[in-house]
Amino acid sequence: MEAVLAALTLQAGYNAALVTLGAALLGFAAGTAGTFLFLRKRALVSDAMAHATLPGVGLAFLVMVALGGEGRSLFGLLVGSALSALAGLLLVDGITRRTRLAEDAAIGAVLSVFFGAGVVLLTIIQTLDRGRQAGLESFLLGSTAGMLFEDAVLIAAGGATVVALIWLLRRPMTLVAFDPGYAAATGVDTRRIDLAMMGLVMAVTVIGLKLVGLILIVALLIIPAVTARFWTDRVERVLWTAGGIGAAAGYTGAALSASAPSLPTGPIIVLLAAGLFTGSLLLSPGRGVLAAVLSRRRFQARVHRRQGLLALARSEPIHDPLTLRLLRAEGLIRPDGVATDKGRAQAAKIARDERRWDVAREVHQDTALTGRYDGLTPIEEVFTPDEIAGFDARLGPPHPVGG
Amino acid sequence: MGADFVQFSLTPILIGTLAAIACALPGNFLILRRQALIGDAISHVVLPGIVVAFLVTGTVAALPMLLGAGAAALLAVVLIEAIRRLGRIEPGAAMGVVFTALFAGGVLLLEQSDTSRVHLDVEHALMGNLETLIWLRATGWDSLIDPVALSHLPVELPRIAVVAALMAALTVIFWRPLKLSTFDEGFARALGLPVSAIGLSLVIAAAVAAVAAFDAVGSIIVIAMFICPPAAARLMTNSLAVQVWWSVAFATLSAVLGYVLAGYGPLWLGFDSAVSAAGMIATVSGVILGLACLFGPHRARVGVAAGG
Repeated sequence: MEAVLAALTLQAGYNAALVTLGAALLGFAAGTAGTFLFLRKRALVSDAMAHATLPGVGLAFLVMVALGGEGRSLFGLLVGSALSALAGLLLVDGITRRTRLAEDAAIGAVLSVFFGAGVVLLTIIQTLDRGRQAGLESFLLGSTAGMLFEDAVLIAAGGATVVALIWLLRRPMTLVAFDPGYAAATGVDTRRIDLAMMGLVMAVTVIGLKLVGLILIVALLIIPAVTARFWTDRVERVLWTAGGIGAAAGYTGAALSASAPSLPTGPIIVLLAAGLFTGSLLLSPGRGVLAAVLSRRRFQARVHRRQGLLALARSEPIHDPLTLRLLRAEGLIRPDGVATDKGRAQAAKIARDERRWDVAREVHQDTALTGRYDGLTPIEEVFTPDEIAGFDARLGPPHPVGG
Repeated sequence: MGADFVQFSLTPILIGTLAAIACALPGNFLILRRQALIGDAISHVVLPGIVVAFLVTGTVAALPMLLGAGAAALLAVVLIEAIRRLGRIEPGAAMGVVFTALFAGGVLLLEQSDTSRVHLDVEHALMGNLETLIWLRATGWDSLIDPVALSHLPVELPRIAVVAALMAALTVIFWRPLKLSTFDEGFARALGLPVSAIGLSLVIAAAVAAVAAFDAVGSIIVIAMFICPPAAARLMTNSLAVQVWWSVAFATLSAVLGYVLAGYGPLWLGFDSAVSAAGMIATVSGVILGLACLFGPHRARVGVAAGG
């Protein structure tokens, strides 16, 4: 526990602190970049790009070794991975536009073929003398072990740049995500904006390779955006909420992973984000499952209460257990099912409301108003007192119920 | 092409080919239904499935692994559908959430548990070990009729053969309902076909193929074979039956050519060790798809000029 607290407060050593901050920045960048990807409904294109980085890493290593270098410079490897991710993205785009294959087939094909080619390159590298210690496999699942100061700075600087670019491009990207046709009509170059968005996603993918690994970086792009979407309907808020969620998952995950052995960074970060997602799915006030269940039950109670009162007004027996329970709880009927005075008053009111609606729908011409009749809305919410007085004039005076 | 070939190459090639065919058959329908990425999602969640099966049973026996992986695939499909409906989230994003989270859980469980005694690790799961499925007891081609040698075939071979046969049988038996519900769901429903049950069965069949193939060849070939051969076949013809045959041919070609290139290619180039067969098979299938994209007779959408 102490180790966890130390890591969370950045007291677990210089390198661990760097990694933790780097992961938080990466999470923020991934959350914001992923938001536009999600709004544009292209979340899984990032999966293709992430898997497509592998051959780039391998080729960059081979090139650097061939040029006489060590082959382990993170910057060089990341440049290679960015180039092959770009190739993968262009192929997905090309296959979708030029052939009749759908985007999902293009994504799956690019993803698996690039990854397969990458594995072939990795097996070649393993046979080289230098390759044995290259540790390129760590790019699959991410690893913070042996991370250098330069690496952490590279990740932090890259993450900050991505966030800044997203802040600059947020308006055109929003426009293109919601209404590409309108965006094009107002003179926005939608193709270029899409490409910029994909470029930002690619940057996040590449920066995240070292920390989270290429298989799980997709999660960091998708999960925070989907989670944030539960809490608000406004783009800017989704954007920064997603960034916050990503940053929180990155920070906490990296700290936890630094505090104990056999807690790999990438999976921990992803599982934390998934936990936040599950919580939001269940508990968010607007779109959450719990909120939906509650609002359904409120609706059900309203229907049963009204139908029960109407039955009282017509002196019909009530058999439905839920209706009986609701009416009893409100003190509208006695335990034996006979209406109380309060119940008779309410029933008379509801019955009158129903009759007023009948008249209203008969005489009133405005269907936008009469169309609001759903058997639940009190007529006072729709018509003015004058109009209701007009309906009453046709109905005659009120009369008591169940007298 | 003597005893060495039978000993070291025949069984891996057969297993690779059968695995490729077993995946390509359901892949045809997944592609047409725009569900190609189900294969991707399934092959990711197989890892947590086998890890949990290992933790529960303590062995790496085949049956618990297959059951665990199958259960994980089913769980993933249910979760994706639940999240899509409950959260009103587009399917791609729902899929991305589910399979990455489950995969992360699998990796974490694997790191936390003591699996050093057994051959169970992430890289093996991703890349497969096709090269190790050799037939040591074979002494030459005549071993094919020697019952003693035959009983020492790698167990993966009969298993994947059964699954490939099952996939072929299912494709033939359910050909009409599959075809109808894939191309015109409304019409199929009007005929009284259980459309959603057919859809779910297809996904389950794909999961079975994925799990069996995964066991032998790793998850890369699985994804590649679900998608690349059927996608290439789709660009060759407008007839579903012809497309399925093309996909089987492409799958076989990828597996054989990929294995040979991986095993012998480096030797021809003067290197002394082979490269990953699974990776090479995936690469070859990608090259085939690339060629189909460039030259396939039916590569363009209807109404669009080829290459336009």
